[in-house]
Amino acid sequence: MSSRLFHTSRNPETHPLTFRVRDDRAPVGLEEYQDTRGYEAVRNMLRDLSPDELIERMKAANVRGRGGGGFSAGMKWSLTMKGEGVPRGYIVCNADEMEPGTFKDRLLMEELPHLLIEGMIIAGYANNARLGYIFLRGEYVEAAHRIEQALQEARAAGILGPKVCGYDFDFDIYLHTGAGRYICGEETALINSLEGRRANPRSKPPFPGQSGAWGKPTVVNNVETLCNGPAIVLRGADWYQSLSGERSNDGGTKLYGVSGKVKEPGLVELPMGASAREIIDMAGGMRDGLELKAWLPGGGSTGFLLPEHLDLTMDFDTIGKAGSRLGTGLLAVIADNQSIVSLTRNLEDFFARESCGWCTPCRDGLPWTARILHSLEKGEGENGDIEMLESLASDLGPGKTFCAHAPGAAMPLQTALKHFRAEFEAGISHPQREAHAEPIPVGSV
Amino acid sequence: MEPSTRDASASSSYSLIASDQYPDDFVLSDEEREAIEQEKGHFENPRAASIEALKIVQKRRGWVPDGAIYAISNVLGIPSSDVEGVATFYSLIFRQPVGRHVILICDSSSCFLTDYEQLRDAFTRELGIGFGQTTEDNRFTLLPVCCLGACDRGPALMIDEDLHGPVDPGDVASLLEQYA
Amino acid sequence: MATIHVDGKDYEVDGSDNLLHACLSLGLDIPYFCWHPAMGSVGACRQCAVKQYKDADDTRGTLVMSCMAPVKDDAYISIEDDEAKDFRASVIEWLMTNHPHDCPVCEEGGHCHLQDMTVMTGHDRRRYRFAKRTHRNQNLGPFIGHEMNRCITCYRCVRFYKDYAGGEDLGAFGAHENIYFGRTTDGTLENEFSGNLTEVCPTGVFTDQTHSEHYTRKWDMQFAPSICHGCSSGCNISPGERYGDVRRIENRYNGEVNHYFLCDRGRFGYGYVNRADRPRQPVMRVDSDDERRDELLDVGGALDHSAERLKKAQRVIGIGSPRASLESNHVLRELVGAEHFSTGIAQQEYENLQLMLEIQREGALPTPSMREIEDHDAVIVLGEDLMQTAARVALAVRQAANGRAQDLAAEIGIPAWNANAVNTLAQGRQYPVFLATLTETRMDDLARERFHGSAEEIARLGFAVAHALDDSAPAVEGLDEATQTLVSTIAEALMTAERPLIISGGSMGSREVIQAAANLARALRQRDRRGSLTLVSGEANSTGLAMLGGHSLDWALDSLGEGDAVVVLENDLYARADAERVDRALGAAECVVCADHQSTPTWLRADIGLPVATFAEGDGTLVSHEGRAQRFFQVYDPSYYRPNDLTHESWRWLHALHTTMEARRVDWTQLDEVTEDCAEHHPQLAGIRDAAPSASFRIKGQKLAREPHRYSGRTAMRANISVSEPRAPQDADSAFTFSMEGYNGYAEPRSQVAFAWAPGWNSPQAWNKFQDEVGGHLTGSDPGNRLFEPEPDNRLEYFTAVPGRFEQRDDAWRVARLPHLFGSDEMSARAEPIQQRMSAPYVALSEGDARRLGVDVGTELTFTIGSHRLTLPLRISSELRDGVLGVPALPTMPAAVNHEWAHLGEETKA
Ligand SMILES: Cc1cc2nc3c(=O)[nH]c(=O)nc-3n(C[C@H](O)[C@H](O)[C@H](O)COP(=O)(O)O)c2cc1C
Ligand code: SF4
Ligand code: FES
Repeated sequence: MSSRLFHTSRNPETHPLTFRVRDDRAPVGLEEYQDTRGYEAVRNMLRDLSPDELIERMKAANVRGRGGGGFSAGMKWSLTMKGEGVPRGYIVCNADEMEPGTFKDRLLMEELPHLLIEGMIIAGYANNARLGYIFLRGEYVEAAHRIEQALQEARAAGILGPKVCGYDFDFDIYLHTGAGRYICGEETALINSLEGRRANPRSKPPFPGQSGAWGKPTVVNNVETLCNGPAIVLRGADWYQSLSGERSNDGGTKLYGVSGKVKEPGLVELPMGASAREIIDMAGGMRDGLELKAWLPGGGSTGFLLPEHLDLTMDFDTIGKAGSRLGTGLLAVIADNQSIVSLTRNLEDFFARESCGWCTPCRDGLPWTARILHSLEKGEGENGDIEMLESLASDLGPGKTFCAHAPGAAMPLQTALKHFRAEFEAGISHPQREAHAEPIPVGSV
Repeated sequence: MEPSTRDASASSSYSLIASDQYPDDFVLSDEEREAIEQEKGHFENPRAASIEALKIVQKRRGWVPDGAIYAISNVLGIPSSDVEGVATFYSLIFRQPVGRHVILICDSSSCFLTDYEQLRDAFTRELGIGFGQTTEDNRFTLLPVCCLGACDRGPALMIDEDLHGPVDPGDVASLLEQYA
Repeated sequence: MATIHVDGKDYEVDGSDNLLHACLSLGLDIPYFCWHPAMGSVGACRQCAVKQYKDADDTRGTLVMSCMAPVKDDAYISIEDDEAKDFRASVIEWLMTNHPHDCPVCEEGGHCHLQDMTVMTGHDRRRYRFAKRTHRNQNLGPFIGHEMNRCITCYRCVRFYKDYAGGEDLGAFGAHENIYFGRTTDGTLENEFSGNLTEVCPTGVFTDQTHSEHYTRKWDMQFAPSICHGCSSGCNISPGERYGDVRRIENRYNGEVNHYFLCDRGRFGYGYVNRADRPRQPVMRVDSDDERRDELLDVGGALDHSAERLKKAQRVIGIGSPRASLESNHVLRELVGAEHFSTGIAQQEYENLQLMLEIQREGALPTPSMREIEDHDAVIVLGEDLMQTAARVALAVRQAANGRAQDLAAEIGIPAWNANAVNTLAQGRQYPVFLATLTETRMDDLARERFHGSAEEIARLGFAVAHALDDSAPAVEGLDEATQTLVSTIAEALMTAERPLIISGGSMGSREVIQAAANLARALRQRDRRGSLTLVSGEANSTGLAMLGGHSLDWALDSLGEGDAVVVLENDLYARADAERVDRALGAAECVVCADHQSTPTWLRADIGLPVATFAEGDGTLVSHEGRAQRFFQVYDPSYYRPNDLTHESWRWLHALHTTMEARRVDWTQLDEVTEDCAEHHPQLAGIRDAAPSASFRIKGQKLAREPHRYSGRTAMRANISVSEPRAPQDADSAFTFSMEGYNGYAEPRSQVAFAWAPGWNSPQAWNKFQDEVGGHLTGSDPGNRLFEPEPDNRLEYFTAVPGRFEQRDDAWRVARLPHLFGSDEMSARAEPIQQRMSAPYVALSEGDARRLGVDVGTELTFTIGSHRLTLPLRISSELRDGVLGVPALPTMPAAVNHEWAHLGEETKA
């Protein structure tokens, strides 16, 4: 069962990610993949490009990380420790896709596993990696099956192994499936999980490129980011840049999508910088009788935007300036009859539950946040709750917690309070409850 | 020379040092042991196989009994407290018995926006259990799960390895019938 | 060095530190939890947030966790910034959301880091109105109490237990706000350093269960700087007393010795001080009508009777003790004369002690301090099962091995304090540690290579490595191939190391093993290697006694005869020599006077018993195996609560006895006078004068307080005896008062600190305030004074007596004593909690021997060893050498069986 993918006419020039997707939605096998210039990029690269040249090309293409962070992949690759005396490290594909509202990597992995494999070989070559791991969330059973099959095909065809496509480069890929927990998507927590540990994030610095999996230089990239590699190698950075034209400084195309109460939720590959309105229109607009009240541009950890923001270009900088984040670029729409308080409560429940428990603000601040939201949702809030939420949201912000999980939780809360304060105020029924009208002294020494 | 990880099989079979760590009432089957051994080979360090090892045990037994923690710790040569630390961290490792079928209902935002709560209530009503519980006939266990990446098909859920969505609350009974 | 600007002031700090460490070292207060000076930073708790500015012009700044921020030259930071303060207040508020607020019944209360930080951040109003999560607690054995609801999830416990101490059975479980620190199941924490959890945990999750039995708040206890008597390591301790009982022992910081950590024997083994069966009054055994009766005496009577009986004797022999102070031993020696003084140490052990001393003083390599042990990059241990004989040294060796991680990290610019990053990079890579022991040890996981064999085989290995390093060292003939390979491996590792460390000691009772270690040292030196040599000596004052000199115990036992009298000082002879032999010797003597604080078999056998002080009731000087003379100070005056208690320091008793015998007035009324006399008589001990400040030492004109200034109930605590409050006992022997009067601050340089307390710092973290740099040295220099350094001209030649091969016998097994952390130390073995951790007696055979005999684990085997017959259940070891019988060194086991041949009893053979 696959996601709806808009655009019937997709071609390699304009839809580098999805042009191979079959109408019957069966996975694209090795033969078919190679018939459509699959693995040509790897061959060209190994024949013509040094790792440094490859990295330069990636940098020029300006592929910004599709996992949600938006960090330039080329830049990341250029920072990986390489050279004399440095052990060969790892490429890790972040296929943990658990960001609420995100369903793009699933399509790429289920239908185009060879595209991902090719992308990983390219990243592996650029970063002098010995092995690649695909860190796939455990629930993606179908994807696991298809990737495993593709890996076997690739190995059998000599595409993976001691001599990749016959060239003097050895590289193989293992599939690793997870056992739940959203935090595994955070790249350093992911590495800990890959090493068989509790998925607590690691401090940065040192960055994974210096000391990652098993202390070796490691590059973590999102599935979609990696899938951009082959076309860039094949067609060049200029072509890639030109895909988004004047719309955005970010190059290439993006797998956008929309969920929530639209008529036809689904995915679409559009040039970077399409507008949210285009994407929602593609999905047939809101279901009958519903109006758009707000939207999340790219997952549960992005900030709420309003209908007035619909024409903003969906790229990292523009959405950032509007007070949110592009995130994964998959919108969730909220209809006029839906409660922002409830949705925010749902999000904060999620983030509180998925906190790894390493740092205090996230571990103990989020449950408190969620509990206040439960009160407000039930109409049992108290005076001061909103101020408390504001202060919590600020204390959970960037730089204050160990990783970006809690800031991700803070953003929807902060923006919900900003845009929909009245809805929260409506949840307050108690001026302040008897029991603690007088604050309780904790005791002193 | 790099450190060799402590391989339990290589350490002494008779020891003066008493430890109460390893109750021996649990035995890994040969296939389980083999599968774990094979998994070890994929990584620089056998510890990395700990999650997979737990999943291997769980796949055959439905859950991870206490004894498996020690058995896995033995095979991987890492402390049982590390194995338990991992087992209790990850939400898809079950440290308590579950029903024959595990229902994972996505409770994240997109499904929430497509009326997940009604669906959840339908399951609760139909099965007479809440999240974290197992039906008396041991047939179903109900659990919430993070965004299943099926947001365009919300509200979505998984039963065992099958993804379903969108599921109408009215169809819950017939859906459950597929799982004996 | 770097300059940093903190809230408008400029400071010079160590540029390799993190900001938290640097600021604390400056004396600035920043609250923190997860950071620990010995364990570095992990950035988990977020309590240490400060504002950091780009430059002098930046007014906005950003919050950083000071523990994770490297010190940069010219950095501008603010601790006082409002945003930083607010954030820190929020962190405490979150940490407290689930906390039970049970301070009144919590044993951490009053020395709780969490309390201190709560006050420091100003959190005093609860705003969280929802339910708290609760946890179930575990039974973690006799040492450690567990109350998980108080947990603030700083992860310090597991980081200490696993990463620092190498423990395995404590973990972090669960996720999000439901995180649990404990064992996989209920059960005793196995690691030998579990007690440090009580100090490492910033709140009351892990508490000292031996303290719970007779709990007293920190502010209500009386303390003194003391030295652990558990082994020869000389760890510094801070015992706390109330109502005449020692209530607990905590670590006392000494930057050169134990710094922050103790082993569990030292921390939990104090119970013998409080035993109800302790002699508290002098006793004389009177024979009347075939019956032996104990007659209690007063001090005068005890002295008169003893003096009279000793004067009647033709000769008085004195038997000293390695568990008694130098002063007490010296006074005994003065009493009986040098020619009649025995150290109380069995011949073979004593000879080995002398040998070790010679090697330490005249050998090729210096003896490192315990702290310096951590700074070596290759270690070979010959013969010593460190975890059982000097556990704190084993912990230091672990840090040496782990030091590789920090060095590897440094290569790519990861600072040493970034703990998890360091570990991640190192992936368990360690510096090489080679263990050559009789059988498996509890530090085997550290070993790159292990060698198991008999004493001569271990010695041969050592000799062979020395030869491999330097041709002119004597060679070893007939090594098998595997050993030869191991020899090369070790030699190469020692040669590639920059600071190799050799460790050996006396516990195997093997002269050759010690000589092999000396040869190793010399060989390294011949090859121009720098390195160190540690020789573990055994008991708290074994090294001191070896330096003091005297005859062996065997001499005393052999020469005691008709007409002789003997004075035994704090020594149970039955624990050191064959019972029949002791009986014979004591039986021959006209009179046996025993001065001890325990009702030992020797005490019970004596004609007159003099009740003496333990370390808690007296002062004295000990010399640790590194040659560090250290003073322990009296914690309390026992007669204050028990007017009938006539306990006095041994030196007081014996000096009084001496002067009574000579019918003259006493010379010495103060410890300092005895110390001085001892130093004068023994030039090699001259340095003991500087082991601690004298009784006349004052700070700002004041003596030093033994009690915190909040000490309560003083006027009433003796009301059950008399309602009029007596004057507090006076202490002529030291610079300390038995009260809260006196100096207890930290602003003046100090090295003798009874208890660490500073305003706002009630927990052990208060040590920060007493250190020149946090985790460094005490402001008044670290306590103690080293008595020897090796002679620079390296006089000691190679030892040449390479032992032959171990000749295994068919009909007999060579007995090897197996030391046990819990049980092998006579005194702590008398403490109830230690007894709970003591192994049951057993005999151990190799797997091969067991197979040959057709016996299995648990089979009751009978062996005869000399005059002893032992019937004990069998333990089998795959690591033990064939032909060796392991016999645990436990209180109920015969002492004098090491190296004897054991024969299988007839009944077992059948
Ligand atoms: C809490 C959290 C969860 C994340 N989950 C994912 C995820 O599921 N998939 C993903 O690709 N990136 C995820 N990220 C982002 C990754 O940390 C990382 O930035 C990304 O994998 C880098 O790849 P990219 O540069 O190609 O985007 C997550 C980050 C955080 C803080
Ligand atoms: S913000 Fe802190 S507790 Fe939350 S997931 Fe990140 S490290 Fe863990
Ligand atoms: S002490 Fe700095 S984060 Fe805990």
